[in-house]
Amino acid sequence: MRSSGVLSASPQVTVAEPLTRRGTDALNDRIAALVIKGSAFVAILALILIFVFIGKEALPVLTSPEVHEEVSLRSLFMPQTPEAEFTWQPVSEHPKYSLMPLLAGTLKVTVIAVLIAIPLSVSGAIFTAEFASPWAREIIKPAIEILAGIPSVVVGFFCLMVVAGWLHSAFGWTYRLNAITAGVGLALAVIPIVYTVSEDAFSSVPQAYRDGSMAMGASNWQTASRVVLPSAMPGVLAACVLGFGRAIGETMIVLMASGNAAVLSFSATDSVRTFSATIAAELGEVVVGSPHYFVLFFVGAFLFILTFVTNLFGHWWVGRLQKKLQGAS
Amino acid sequence: MFDRTRLAGIFFQSLTAVACITIVAMMVIILGNILIHGIQRLSVGFLTKAPMAGMTSGGIFPAIFGTFALVLLMTIAVIPLGVATAVYMHEYAPKRSRMVHLVRLAIQNLAGVPAIVFGLFGLGFFIEFIGRGMDKAFFGGRLVYGQPAIIWAALTMALLTLPTVVVATEEALRAIPQSYREVAYSLGATRWQMIRRVVLPQAVGGILTGGILAISRGSGEVAPVMFTGAAYFLPELPTRLHNQFMELGYHVYVMTTQSPDVEATKPILYSTVLVLLMLTFLLNFTAIMIRARIRRRLRYGR
Repeated sequence: MRSSGVLSASPQVTVAEPLTRRGTDALNDRIAALVIKGSAFVAILALILIFVFIGKEALPVLTSPEVHEEVSLRSLFMPQTPEAEFTWQPVSEHPKYSLMPLLAGTLKVTVIAVLIAIPLSVSGAIFTAEFASPWAREIIKPAIEILAGIPSVVVGFFCLMVVAGWLHSAFGWTYRLNAITAGVGLALAVIPIVYTVSEDAFSSVPQAYRDGSMAMGASNWQTASRVVLPSAMPGVLAACVLGFGRAIGETMIVLMASGNAAVLSFSATDSVRTFSATIAAELGEVVVGSPHYFVLFFVGAFLFILTFVTNLFGHWWVGRLQKKLQGAS
Repeated sequence: MFDRTRLAGIFFQSLTAVACITIVAMMVIILGNILIHGIQRLSVGFLTKAPMAGMTSGGIFPAIFGTFALVLLMTIAVIPLGVATAVYMHEYAPKRSRMVHLVRLAIQNLAGVPAIVFGLFGLGFFIEFIGRGMDKAFFGGRLVYGQPAIIWAALTMALLTLPTVVVATEEALRAIPQSYREVAYSLGATRWQMIRRVVLPQAVGGILTGGILAISRGSGEVAPVMFTGAAYFLPELPTRLHNQFMELGYHVYVMTTQSPDVEATKPILYSTVLVLLMLTFLLNFTAIMIRARIRRRLRYGR
């Protein structure tokens, strides 16, 4: 079975073939090379196109005088009027676009999610890589894969229907859907990525480090916390950064579980609205080419750049760790 | 024998175990809750009938059909593209070349772009730019392709799932022993013949894994299709590329957040979620099994 590809292939490429046939083979080879090389560019092209087309629709916020009648960079971030300083009210007689409530909402939810997800998943990864017996690993790893495979709309649904009710009856907050509910849901989406990347980092630490530490009389925990963890630190940091990037861009969970109230507040139990949820909730009804439309693309461009930078950083750190540990072993 | 440091060690070590148990428990609670509530309304009729009476009775067949149509179109676009990209990186480009580095960076970053940004891109590029352009060129400005449609949703989703296919294919290519390639060359095969007759047949498992994972991802994502083609309710099934369609995930979202009568739709909602979950799990499980086989071969095959 394994070598069937070779066996079936070999009789067809005999050395002595008519010249015309060889000519077509060479031509096919050229064409295939061209097509394959072309396809490889698509990934790069796609990234550039995303950047260009989102940027193109976001640019009028900075340049168009028509759009400036309703919104400008200043009014997006600075206080607008004395009585309504920071308001996001795009659909009204006098539309107001302040990004500050959305920024505050995004930060609140993301920070809560990351605070829940990172301790859980990093210590979970330490356990799997350092202490777990093989059978425990056989349970945990598929469980994480299943968790990663749950569609975010299902997590959002579960948060809205079930978790919100539990938390509400346990703590009795004013708002049933708030930053904490959304943060808990978001943590579920962040855990798999933080876990996977940091587990990879722990596993790539050479066994010799552990052996050396144990030979000096260190305990399992001492080895894990003072030898393995420090050497894998860049990978763990990368995991946190990638998790943050995932959290800030995730849409469906926050759209369903955050309450969607664009209010500038610093309380974790108020309803909130994030950047991603704002796009999802409003783009459907917006008039193409209106200031509101451009502002939503502006928000999208901001999200894109933010996640792009966090990803670049994350992968750079992972690469550095791999280089360092390869050099060491 | 049990001094203080050792005791503290055992304490912290068990804390990490507790973290693991918590994660696994979360997963079990979600799945268990949905399974218990969702199984009650699940029946053959539920899977084969259209929604009735404002989503309070009937089934979800149009949403299932739409999801399948979406991922089918997506697969047709993403598999050739993803496989070719992986083949280029592994078989064509010189190792550690600048180009490979760039493509890999692009793939990694594409994987990190939020789903909602893909939705914006689909609207701005596919619908407003390509679709409107096609309408002007071929339909005399009549609105045909310049609006949300299943083809644009599928292409948007294909870009979103491209990294999944590339990564899985590359892993499979890496598992093929170098000697196979050398044998093919020594028999006088051109590079393309070698790839078509030796490399690709050997990599079929990896390509399949990538494809299945992509389908699983594509059938669950909602944000990219919200503005590019998904509709809440359509009386007819999509038959043309420029039709809108119903999608399972979007159906769940709309029923959860915009239902006029939450209690009445709740049982149906739970069953829809269960169907969506079972679909993605079945796909993921198959992919994991195939991948496990490839990894075993990677370890012992040489």
